[in-house]
Amino acid sequence: MAQAASVTRNTRTKRRIDWTPYLFLLVPLAVYFVWIIAPTFYTFYLSMTNWDGIDPYPKFIFLDNFQYLFTKDRTFSEALINNLRWVVVFITIPTSAGLGLAMVFNNEMRGGRWYKISFYSPLVISLTVIGLIWGWVYHPRAGLINGFLSIIGVEDPPGWLGDRGLAIWCVIIAAAWRQVGYVMVLYLAGLKNIDPSFVDAARVDGANRWQLFRRVILPLLAPVTTIVVVISIIDSLRAFDLVSIMTRGAQSTQVLANFMYIEAFNNYRMGYGAAIAVVLFAISMVFIIFYLSRVIKDELEY
Amino acid sequence: MSTAVQPLEKPTTSRPAGSSSIWRSTVMHIFLIAWALLWLLPIIAAVVTSFRTMDDISTHGFWTLPQEITLENFDQAWNQARVSVYLGNSFKITIPSLIGTLFLSSLGAYALARYKFRLNLPIYFMFIAGTMLPFQILLLPVFRLTNSLRLYDTQLALILIHTAFQMGFCTFVLRNFMRTVPSEIFDAARVDGAGEFLMYWRIMLPLSLPAMAALATLEFTWIFNDYLWAIILLQSDSLKPVTAGLATLKGQFNTNWPVITSGALISTLPTVLVFIFLQRYFIQGLTLGSEK
Repeated sequence: MAQAASVTRNTRTKRRIDWTPYLFLLVPLAVYFVWIIAPTFYTFYLSMTNWDGIDPYPKFIFLDNFQYLFTKDRTFSEALINNLRWVVVFITIPTSAGLGLAMVFNNEMRGGRWYKISFYSPLVISLTVIGLIWGWVYHPRAGLINGFLSIIGVEDPPGWLGDRGLAIWCVIIAAAWRQVGYVMVLYLAGLKNIDPSFVDAARVDGANRWQLFRRVILPLLAPVTTIVVVISIIDSLRAFDLVSIMTRGAQSTQVLANFMYIEAFNNYRMGYGAAIAVVLFAISMVFIIFYLSRVIKDELEY
Repeated sequence: MSTAVQPLEKPTTSRPAGSSSIWRSTVMHIFLIAWALLWLLPIIAAVVTSFRTMDDISTHGFWTLPQEITLENFDQAWNQARVSVYLGNSFKITIPSLIGTLFLSSLGAYALARYKFRLNLPIYFMFIAGTMLPFQILLLPVFRLTNSLRLYDTQLALILIHTAFQMGFCTFVLRNFMRTVPSEIFDAARVDGAGEFLMYWRIMLPLSLPAMAALATLEFTWIFNDYLWAIILLQSDSLKPVTAGLATLKGQFNTNWPVITSGALISTLPTVLVFIFLQRYFIQGLTLGSEK
């Protein structure tokens, strides 16, 4: 660093190549390249092989994995549909519930802090624990729900996680339960940044509370909404822990992330698993690029 | 992007109080309390279950008063199911990862925030994109890499991947925070003959402490709660963090739900304590990446 230290400069008007920033970035970029960037590309290569995890020279089979995936594999379409269900629930229910709660708790009220804590405390709990706790809630005999149903005299209560039609929704509900608090926190921060004079102006103009919300507050929250939607989609595509803990993908609850894990690490079809990962990556990339394009626009305006 | 860490102020908007407001607010509070309790019911149920025996629950059902209250389940989870070992492992993995990722990202963020150079924005965008990658795209190559480096089944393998992966988000947040630090401070230091590294170490780092604290709190819970990497890169039971350990515990105590819930509750204690004492930072951290 001694060399960098001896060169003084004004960074804003600099024209000659200045190596100082690269010195700072050297180690972070090297670590990032080896563990994140290069692996991403390497997975593309692996997806075109029949690697089994042991063979040092896997055979190159080009797009065979993808062909099988798209045309023959039933579990793939099941996983895709479940991820789609997950996304749809995530961008509707927790988003509107989180927004509603944020609107309620944005007003100062006695005990407001404690209510807020009740709603966002599930966020600090690991998904593993949430999966275990909800597994107990859904337990077919002694669990919270069926225990209650038998008290009120329901003869033949549903099997929840054991029921092929219900299981995936049970998992998604547990995930959404955790997500609500997150969305609420993001919207609360957004509401705090709204200039109160907009709200006052609308009040003076005689707007009622619904109009105020619909015409003033909601449009002003649009940037937060974008982020909430992007986060919800990315989180839905990443969904793994809950499925792995609650059902291991059985009972028609397979999702892409767990499907990839099972194929690669349980069935040792690593090339095939890589192909699933590439599909997951491609879907995520649509939203990553959408989000990046907004960040880029902001940066260039800055 | 205004990601400066602001102190959490009290909300300024409040409704004017009406004459029937006492009655209305009482109803509202009863409603809110009921709703909050219902919301927390899964957690409350886990707590209640942990103090009961499985015999009691299976014969009398969950919705009855406990026949006896016992601490036996916690003892079993802690000693027999080795939650104590798993918890220690979680700390051994989380703390070094946290230090590593914060240090490296603060270096990178300093370069991105303070200097104009051709690759500045591309590198910045790369870090942002990296935070949103699905882990699955990295699993196999990282698994292969750790094997060839002979790091498979070591906690160092986990520390390395956490350090690398979390760098994306930390660099993004710190870069935006550091851009709010006025450059005049550095001009003055430069006149005094301070070098670039010294300015990073003596000026930028101390000034970034609020952002670092928020990030550290959030990252602690994220790394601590990781499950996927732990089951990919570790095999030995004695090395597993508590998330992966709980999955083992569930297999072991298959039908003994009180032991499973006690283990689950013990394992959340560290993140819950962090949350209780550093709640302000945790919430700031959550919103850091999104205030645009």
